[in-house]
Amino acid sequence: MSTLVAVLVDGIIYASWLFIIAAGLTIVYGVMRILNMAHGSLYALGAYVAASLAGAWLRAGYAPLGSYAVLVASALLVGLVVGPVIERGLLRFCYGRDEVVLVLVTYALFLILEDAMKLVWGVEAWFVSEPYGLLGNLDFGPLSYPLYSVVMVVAAVVVGLGLRWGIYGTRQGKLLVAVIHDREVSAALGINVNRIFMVTFMLGTTLAALGGALTAPTVSVVPGMGVETIVLAFAVVVIGGLGSMPGAAIGSIIVGLVRSGAVHWLPQVELFSIYLVMALVLAFRPRGLFVAAEARKI
Amino acid sequence: MNTSRTAPSRWLFAVSLLFFASSVLAQAPAAAPAAAPQAPFKIGVVTFLSGAAAGPFGVPARNSAEVLVEALNAGKVPGAYGKKGLGGRAIELVFIDEAGGATKQVSEYRDIVQRQNVDAVIGYISSGDCLAVAPVAEELKKLTILFDCGTPRIFEDASFKYVFRTAPHATLDNVAAARYVLAVKPKVKKVAGINQNYAWGQDSWNDFEATLKALKPDVEVTTSQMPKLGAGQYGAEISALMAGSPEMIHSSFWGGDLDALVLQAAPRGLFKKGTAVLTAGETAMYKLAGQLPDGTIIGARGANGVFAPDSELNRWFRTAYQDRNTLPPVYPSYRMAQAILGLKSAYEKAQAAGAEVPSQDQVIAAFEGITYESPSGTVKLAIGKGHQAVSEAVYGTVKNVGGKVTFVDVKRYPAELVLPPEGVKSADWIKTSLKPAK
Amino acid sequence: MTSPRRTVQGLAVTLLVVGVAAPFLPKWAGFLVTIAIAKALVALGLLLLMRTGLVSFGQGLYFAIGAYSAGVGAETLKITDAVPMVLLGALAAGLVAAVVGVLLARYRTIFFAMLSLAFSMILYGLLVKSSALGSTDGFNVAARTVFGLDPAGPIGRFGIYGLAALVAFLGAVGVDRYLRTHLGRLAPAIKDNELRVEYMGASVRNVVHLHLVIAAVLAGAGGALTALAVGHVDPETAYWTTSGEFVFVAILSGTSSVAAPFAGALILELLRSFAYEHAPNTWQLVMGSVMLAVILFLPEGLWSVFRRRRKATP
Repeated sequence: MSTLVAVLVDGIIYASWLFIIAAGLTIVYGVMRILNMAHGSLYALGAYVAASLAGAWLRAGYAPLGSYAVLVASALLVGLVVGPVIERGLLRFCYGRDEVVLVLVTYALFLILEDAMKLVWGVEAWFVSEPYGLLGNLDFGPLSYPLYSVVMVVAAVVVGLGLRWGIYGTRQGKLLVAVIHDREVSAALGINVNRIFMVTFMLGTTLAALGGALTAPTVSVVPGMGVETIVLAFAVVVIGGLGSMPGAAIGSIIVGLVRSGAVHWLPQVELFSIYLVMALVLAFRPRGLFVAAEARKI
Repeated sequence: MNTSRTAPSRWLFAVSLLFFASSVLAQAPAAAPAAAPQAPFKIGVVTFLSGAAAGPFGVPARNSAEVLVEALNAGKVPGAYGKKGLGGRAIELVFIDEAGGATKQVSEYRDIVQRQNVDAVIGYISSGDCLAVAPVAEELKKLTILFDCGTPRIFEDASFKYVFRTAPHATLDNVAAARYVLAVKPKVKKVAGINQNYAWGQDSWNDFEATLKALKPDVEVTTSQMPKLGAGQYGAEISALMAGSPEMIHSSFWGGDLDALVLQAAPRGLFKKGTAVLTAGETAMYKLAGQLPDGTIIGARGANGVFAPDSELNRWFRTAYQDRNTLPPVYPSYRMAQAILGLKSAYEKAQAAGAEVPSQDQVIAAFEGITYESPSGTVKLAIGKGHQAVSEAVYGTVKNVGGKVTFVDVKRYPAELVLPPEGVKSADWIKTSLKPAK
Repeated sequence: MTSPRRTVQGLAVTLLVVGVAAPFLPKWAGFLVTIAIAKALVALGLLLLMRTGLVSFGQGLYFAIGAYSAGVGAETLKITDAVPMVLLGALAAGLVAAVVGVLLARYRTIFFAMLSLAFSMILYGLLVKSSALGSTDGFNVAARTVFGLDPAGPIGRFGIYGLAALVAFLGAVGVDRYLRTHLGRLAPAIKDNELRVEYMGASVRNVVHLHLVIAAVLAGAGGALTALAVGHVDPETAYWTTSGEFVFVAILSGTSSVAAPFAGALILELLRSFAYEHAPNTWQLVMGSVMLAVILFLPEGLWSVFRRRRKATP
């Protein structure tokens, strides 16, 4: 019984972390049809910026609680600066190319960003661990969790609800939905598709960076930290359905629970449990859980 | 979809060209050293310069090579190493990134040997790379010194003429860890493990578990966690470890994974409930100072780093290294020094035997079975037909004093207690002929 | 499209040149060319798939199966010559594709790419777990003989290289020939519009399945050749980054000619070797920049440079 509780709690915490990252990946794909391989690097970039800025904040002796705001601000900084630079400076020249070519463009970007980050931050680990333990602990029976994990869950819920409201509750969001459904007709109707693309990529970048910024206190920020994350995020969005926001949420929960179940009951299969689930889901729902079959063009 | 493709503008082309050019130019090799009486001895040094292993291992090793070779070329190393370079011959280093996997490494190895014509290769942190490169070294007949990789398979499954390993293999780390655990906690009943899911982690755990079981058969393993290399999030693993309330938790984690595990375990009190045994923990002890609770057991994969015996050479090495780097040298730095000094000793031994400029075969003949001094004490190439080094093993327990990590209960184990004798495979040795320490 | 005879002639001449050049090449280049050919074989399979409208991000699955079969097969079946080892690798990969193809052939676009990736990652997980195969460290593979010759001997030294060139020749001619057959001509039709192909009475799924198997056989041969040339196999061969690299070779080379993957793979290998040497700290940046430049400025792939030049000369 207590194991079951642990599986659920661990699974949900892990799922929250995954969701923040996967949400950015899926929205960029949904709107722009770009499966962004560099998403993991943007995640790492968010972590690096957060570790530097929050670290500076704490060393300067400002209120430790303010470091949470610095973490979020770091993510926004990355999103608002790096996002448009990549989209305007590179991606817009590739619109209309094959989806796979776009994957490769972002893969090249991933390579460039990995080395660029190394040139800026070096290969040494960066730490900003204070915010992790600052809030104290929460006890679940014999197990105790840092309250920071709850922050993660709350952040994921806020991101989820915020995106839902932003997409379905605002005019801009409705334009976005129109672009998702048909880019050409939207453009013909006078929607500024270019601007929507830029905003979307900015949003996606911010979410990746937010994932990284919130993770930074729980890890040491090191080169290559984005590589593992990106494959996991892929698995999540493929399970949930590429481009689907509820899909990303459900996908994260499935992956989170499967992984924590494997860790508690069958540690031997942890390594490939997620890919097994991904293959199983695709075997029965070829387009993931939440995507309606597309009409075939004759 | 028919959105017309925007043609890339000229500036984009210019930018990418600039990018390309600058990244190449930024790396342009330094000017050739002043003309020496003979052509310099060129060593290809292969170590991680990118990826997760660069920070904890690759870069400290590279720094060590730079510091040591500069001092050797200037003749400033104390003790028996006063001769400039290799017996008067200047040393030149070529660095290669070890990232990219075994196929790439074999490719790069052939490149530095056949195209850049190095005189010897020192390198390899990853065991997979060592296993892949060793037969190629034999094929190309090039003296190759493995300086860090852990797997015992290299000289246990095959024998080589051109390949040497100047550091002990990983069996030492885990046999010694198990002995240390039993020494400080003879009544230990429940242990657990968390190791990365790849050969290093699997072998480390297997050796540790087998040694414990051999020396104390009633030990119970509550769980053996094997998260993916680089996973970074260990919430569920920590819960699973805590659920079994083990007294000792073995981990061969390193780099970012180790940092993340310690940081995530700290607020949850995992390492206060059970003592952590971190076999490669020394590389992270400076950065994690304050996060490692008192009682944590740490190893340095031999008598390296803080566990290195006091000697003139060691004092000199630490000072020289710290003059150039912010952190003190860690075990990969020591192991790099062990490799370079091994080569120097062999070269000068061959000179002493009568060859003014010894051939590679003469160096190899001198290298086999050699005994020499290094900052981590005496190194002896005693096993693997004289190609594999043995050394003592050291473990200690963390005690935080005023924000600094110090060690208590430091125990040293001579090589014969932690490494199999010549011709015996590690796994068999642990199972059949392991003897308790006196 | 050039005539079949011209393609075969062109490839035969290239093979001859490659073969004759062998003893004169610097030693490091021989290895580099062998690896480039092995990767190009995988990319050749991808070329066939891409002409059918599919991109697999999981060719590492077949590449790894080929490499491991060559190694394990040699051990258990007591095969000592490189030629049957490569055949075994190709065959094993083809068999695996025949099985997983039942499922994969139903998928298209990014879902096909992702499902193939999932399969290769499952294999990766299994290989990492199997300590008998050396886990992530892998194990060494060596052929006692190549074409019955000692690989250390004066002629046998070029054995693996020659074998790679021969397999490349057979693969390229085979794929070129196949693309001209009835089934092969269905590939672009399937890419354009599957429904129409079905209306014509052809089974899209069967054609896709067949192409999967052909691509896997090529990838398996490439894997076995790599294992023999490197002398070592490890699970990295099944990892997603390996598969990604193959897609890169295929896309950067372009799909207009069966010779394109070979030229593309060779250029990439050379580039990487030089980037490693001259920019050990920023080689990823160099590779990424070059890849971007090719994608942006040569949308048809590297091969389009050769074609353009040929058109220019009367």
